[in-house]
Amino acid sequence: MGAKAAENGAKSSSSAPSPPPLKAFFRLKTKQQELLIRVASLALIYVLAFAVRLFSVLRYESMIHEFDPYFNYRTTLFLTRNGFYEFWNWFDSESWYPLGRIIGGTLYPGLMVTAALIYRLLRFLTFAVHIREVCVLTAPFFASNTTIVAYFFGKEIWDSGAGLVAAALIAICPGYISRSVAGSYDNEGVAIFALLFTFYLFVKAVNTGSLAWALASAFGYFYMVSAWGGYVFIINLIPLYVLVLLVTGRYSMRLYVAYNCMYILGMLLAMQIRFVGFQHVQSGEHMAAMGVFFLLQVFYFLDWVKYMLNDKQLFQSFLRITLTFAISVGALALGIGTASGYISPWTGRFYSLLDPTYAKDHIPIIASVSEHQPTAWSSFMFDFHILLFLFPAGLYFCFKRLSDATIFIVMYGLTSMYFAGVMVRLILVAAPAVCLISAIAISATVKNLTSLIRTKGKAPLAVSGKGSSSLKASAKRSEAQALRFRSLESAEAQALHFRSLESAEAQALASETSKAHEASADQSLPFQHNCAIALLVGAFYLLSRYAIHCTWVTSEAYSSPSIVLAARGAHGGRVIFDDYREAYYWLRQNTPADAKVMSWWDYGYQITAMGNRTVIVDNNTWNNTHIATVGRAMSSYEPEAYEIMQSLDVDYVLVVFGGLTGYSSDDINKFLWMVRIGGGVFPVIKEPDYLVNGEYRVDKGAAPKMLNCLMYKLAYYRFGEMTTEYGKPTGYDRARGVEIGNKDIKLEYLEEAFTTSNWIIRIYKVKPPKNRW
Amino acid sequence: MATSSRFAFFLFCLSLLYSTALSDLVISRVDRRVDLTSHVVRILSSLKVENGGNEIASEVLLAFPNMQAKNLAAIKTFYSEGKGKEKGSSVSLPTTLVEPKGMPQELTFYSVSLPKGLGKGGAITLDVLSVFTHSLQPFPEEITQADVQLVLYQDSAYYLSPYKVKMQTLGIRLPGGRVESYTKHPNSKLVDSEIRYGPFEKLPAFSYSPIVLHFENNNPFAVAHELLREIEISHWGNVQVTEHYTLVHGGALTKGGFSRLDYQARPAIRGVSSFNHLIFRLPPRAHSIYYRDEIGNISTSHLWGDSRKTQLEIEPRFPIFGGWQTSFTVGYGLPLQDFLFKLDGKYMLNITFGSPMDEVVIDNLIVKIVLPEGSKGIIAAVPFPTKQAEEIKYSHLDIVGRPVLVLEKNNVVPEDNIYFQVYYQFSKISLLREPMMLISGFFLLFVACIVYIHTDMSISKSSASYIAKIQSEEVQATVQQVLNIINQCLAVHDKLEASLRDLSRTGDVQSCKTLRRTADAQLKELVKELKPLTTFLHHSPQASHILPKVEELIAKEKDLQDKMMLKHSTVVDCFEKKYSGKDIENRIAPQQQKLTVLRQEMDDLHEFLDEI
Repeated sequence: MGAKAAENGAKSSSSAPSPPPLKAFFRLKTKQQELLIRVASLALIYVLAFAVRLFSVLRYESMIHEFDPYFNYRTTLFLTRNGFYEFWNWFDSESWYPLGRIIGGTLYPGLMVTAALIYRLLRFLTFAVHIREVCVLTAPFFASNTTIVAYFFGKEIWDSGAGLVAAALIAICPGYISRSVAGSYDNEGVAIFALLFTFYLFVKAVNTGSLAWALASAFGYFYMVSAWGGYVFIINLIPLYVLVLLVTGRYSMRLYVAYNCMYILGMLLAMQIRFVGFQHVQSGEHMAAMGVFFLLQVFYFLDWVKYMLNDKQLFQSFLRITLTFAISVGALALGIGTASGYISPWTGRFYSLLDPTYAKDHIPIIASVSEHQPTAWSSFMFDFHILLFLFPAGLYFCFKRLSDATIFIVMYGLTSMYFAGVMVRLILVAAPAVCLISAIAISATVKNLTSLIRTKGKAPLAVSGKGSSSLKASAKRSEAQALRFRSLESAEAQALHFRSLESAEAQALASETSKAHEASADQSLPFQHNCAIALLVGAFYLLSRYAIHCTWVTSEAYSSPSIVLAARGAHGGRVIFDDYREAYYWLRQNTPADAKVMSWWDYGYQITAMGNRTVIVDNNTWNNTHIATVGRAMSSYEPEAYEIMQSLDVDYVLVVFGGLTGYSSDDINKFLWMVRIGGGVFPVIKEPDYLVNGEYRVDKGAAPKMLNCLMYKLAYYRFGEMTTEYGKPTGYDRARGVEIGNKDIKLEYLEEAFTTSNWIIRIYKVKPPKNRW
Repeated sequence: MATSSRFAFFLFCLSLLYSTALSDLVISRVDRRVDLTSHVVRILSSLKVENGGNEIASEVLLAFPNMQAKNLAAIKTFYSEGKGKEKGSSVSLPTTLVEPKGMPQELTFYSVSLPKGLGKGGAITLDVLSVFTHSLQPFPEEITQADVQLVLYQDSAYYLSPYKVKMQTLGIRLPGGRVESYTKHPNSKLVDSEIRYGPFEKLPAFSYSPIVLHFENNNPFAVAHELLREIEISHWGNVQVTEHYTLVHGGALTKGGFSRLDYQARPAIRGVSSFNHLIFRLPPRAHSIYYRDEIGNISTSHLWGDSRKTQLEIEPRFPIFGGWQTSFTVGYGLPLQDFLFKLDGKYMLNITFGSPMDEVVIDNLIVKIVLPEGSKGIIAAVPFPTKQAEEIKYSHLDIVGRPVLVLEKNNVVPEDNIYFQVYYQFSKISLLREPMMLISGFFLLFVACIVYIHTDMSISKSSASYIAKIQSEEVQATVQQVLNIINQCLAVHDKLEASLRDLSRTGDVQSCKTLRRTADAQLKELVKELKPLTTFLHHSPQASHILPKVEELIAKEKDLQDKMMLKHSTVVDCFEKKYSGKDIENRIAPQQQKLTVLRQEMDDLHEFLDEI
């Protein structure tokens, strides 16, 4: 700045010839420069968000990860091959044998349809890509789009600076990356985009009162409903938000238009999804939205009456009567609906969200999933890092400049934080809110600090060289800047007339700050400048730590496909355990095409997708009894288990066993859940039978029922002859660190069909029934 | 076995019937060597044929029983000129399937065309290599994991021929290991892992004596049920080969379970009949090699390469036991210049037909040659009969699709892995089509963006916000015009300043005065131009926040102009009165100071307005 001023001074004193026209042509106006910087950094963020999620492809390969994505991949494959109508009417007989599953009516088709459309588009543009590549890259692509939405959202809530910071933060936020790395082809990948987009559009609709934006938000909501069950969060948060606005006296016509349009249209659109159907009018989880809808009508009506009636006294009594009447009618309708069974009560999943201990007592199948556990502090730290500290700061800024938009983001942040505390996987939902609020904190702080430094930078010069023209110029310029700031604000104010009050506030604030700056310049506090610089440096240090942390977390923790396990060998080389695919491919190639495979439900999707064989239960977990039957078979003695397996036509049994490699998430460690879920339906199975003094063990001291149940036998069959570690007895289980208790396992009704090279998956064939004569 | 003895009886009858029927050729000596070391059976027979009759013989017939002939994968006849150590280069003779009249249906005949007719008493030595697949029958048909694989092989101890055979021997090489049994013959013996029959002398035509060998063979019985090879040519410098295998262990089926413990503890014993790796011998300079299947990459493979070959060793996901199958894809790129040549205006692709895998039998081989888009006149030259078809493939940026030549052949053995040629015409210009398409696509995209930005898309031209937008744009344009005019004024000032400098140098008062006059006129003109703009700004409501600044700027300019004129006339005056330089400087000093200050202020204002 100083240099430039000096240059100007030089120019005027020497009165040099006017600058060449070419240079003038390329000299951008400040506004253009700003636009260029903004667009360039957004483009970079867009690319960064995509690129950082490619660690998994580079480390491993372009493949689908985990469990659910395999189902999504399988259905997408079906969709692209057979078309949408076939897909919509698909009855899948390969899962939940012998019940089958109506795929079209039991899934959220948004993800598959999106991937199929992208695939079609690319094919139309003559790019001969494989559908797998499209599926693998769908999540990163939508993560990139989320950054753009975050930018606009931030701009809507605060300013474009906050928007940029929010986009940058969310691009690399580990809480979001955990569900959107390349290959993580799951509903959440597109749903977070849809969620944020819906919220953005709704806030925009509330801010403008425009029907067009409300319409857009209804379509955003429709996309969200089609993509993920988490849409319930939207349909409860938005009414809550509207309610808060009503209570705080911020009711306006804009809100009325936005909510009514969004709710009615969104509801009608959502009913088109078969899996959701009439839930919007029949399920208890959606009643809040309907209640608020009616409340808004009452409010509007009262407003109108108030306008018509001039008598305040009369209006008060009218208000009392109407409110009592409306509330009692609403309560009565709800009561009758619930009692008659027309309105279904809240589901267990919903309860377990509100009450973290509910699932543990009532729905073991939900509690058995590790990502449904309450969140530990460490994982908050892991997933949010500095955002965790910036979040309260951001809330402070939001409260300081309260508007409809900031109220929304505050509510979104607080509720999602609560849910993130209840369930680990919901950190994902909180991530955008946390990023946005933290972005506000960062942007506001940095802005304040830099303006402090700027004004301070000129003051000492002004004192030293009075009369010098260049200095005067710089002082003038700072004034010009302040003016420009004000005029920009006012321009905005003109564009958005309804915000006039706010912008007036902002103007006042701005002028105040500039005044304050002038004042501070005069007083020239000795350390203020240095402090500001130090704080700025500190902020940049923290942000760079955040970037480093995110990259590290992404590369180390979230980029593993979990069906291929990698470990460091003795010489530091990478050892790959590809046992899952080995087993699934063996099933695919070397078992009869109609073979039924029984396994714990975790592996169901993978077996159908990769092994192409019929499974008894899978990750859909829609039928608890069926899963309990499998749990019962696994925890019974062999003859009883054989009867159950015969009744289910089971040909092969697949178990996961980590005793040889020390892989801890195997079926022996999950076994207690099988017992619990089995025992929940079949009281013959009792958990204490498998425990010794409340302790779960597999060594010599284990309970006799444990040592002889089917699961134990299948996992440890012939393991007793195996030496796993030098200096340890044979049959030493490395996952649990004990010598197994039953080394002499004989199988009567099953035979070993296949075991993978590291013993992680063991497949047994169920022998046909013996001849009776 | 029963069938073969019945067949022998039938042939015996045949020999009585036909003994005199066929020509006068006589085989004076046959040495047959049967190689049973792998699962592909190779029989090399060297025949010494003599012509005992008067007519000149131009062909020699080779006979195979039908059940053997259906497994015949390749047959080749070599003829080497000269004798003993002076053997010249061996020449391959055309060998074709024929159906000679009057011959029994139970035999299949192949005819070897001799290079030149064989006159009376003439003799020729032929080497016939016949390759059979699926001729080793596992027995027992089902074995457990720990068992060794035993197979049966059936053949005749005598050389089956439509001619009389004077003298013959048979040697059968076995892979080693156990020999369960073999058909004993008066003069047969087992030495090491070779069984010898013969010599037999003076046997009539169609002599047949069935023999059965039962022995251990643990070599990988790799059978590809189907192999789809896709050879895609890119004139940008790459030949991409993609091979899809469906591979089966063709040996004895596995019964009972598979125990990993046994397999891991003693793989040489418990799992001896299985195989768990396959060798590919790829051409040199093969690159971008991958090995995967439907569910992803298979990480177990090793690669060696030198200037003469590239060797790839792959492991299937699991060891392949008898009856187990797996399928996978191997792909690699090859440098174009090694395989594509230009021959009088045509291109010639010269590449191998079969699989680069060692000792694999392919039941059904489909070779697809994908030529670049726009190729014409496709002709294939394959040294053996194949089914041919054409189809279209769509790949990246294809519009009409790439022509694909499909060649299909059944029962392919490594002997079929020979070069074949495909000729086609292709113009180099077509190479540029796809990059041009991409470039024009992006160009259109950018043009569309530009058009979008510069067109007015609003529906309602009367809405308040639209009008406000238009007005603000107008105001901006006007301010820009004002700034331009001010700039011109400043340029005039600069000129005046320069003229003053010239004056101090040269003392030419006249030219300075004329310049002054023109400058005056120019400035007046400019001020006139400024008028309508300021009035417009005055009337525009959008300009209210910007107007004071503009006015300030104009006022400053006017001030500057006045000062400038004053200075100029002072200086010129002084020069006319011939004051000293110092005096002039003193006189204009106050104006000079004000001028710089004004100029500075104007610059600031200018910048400020510029930024709005």
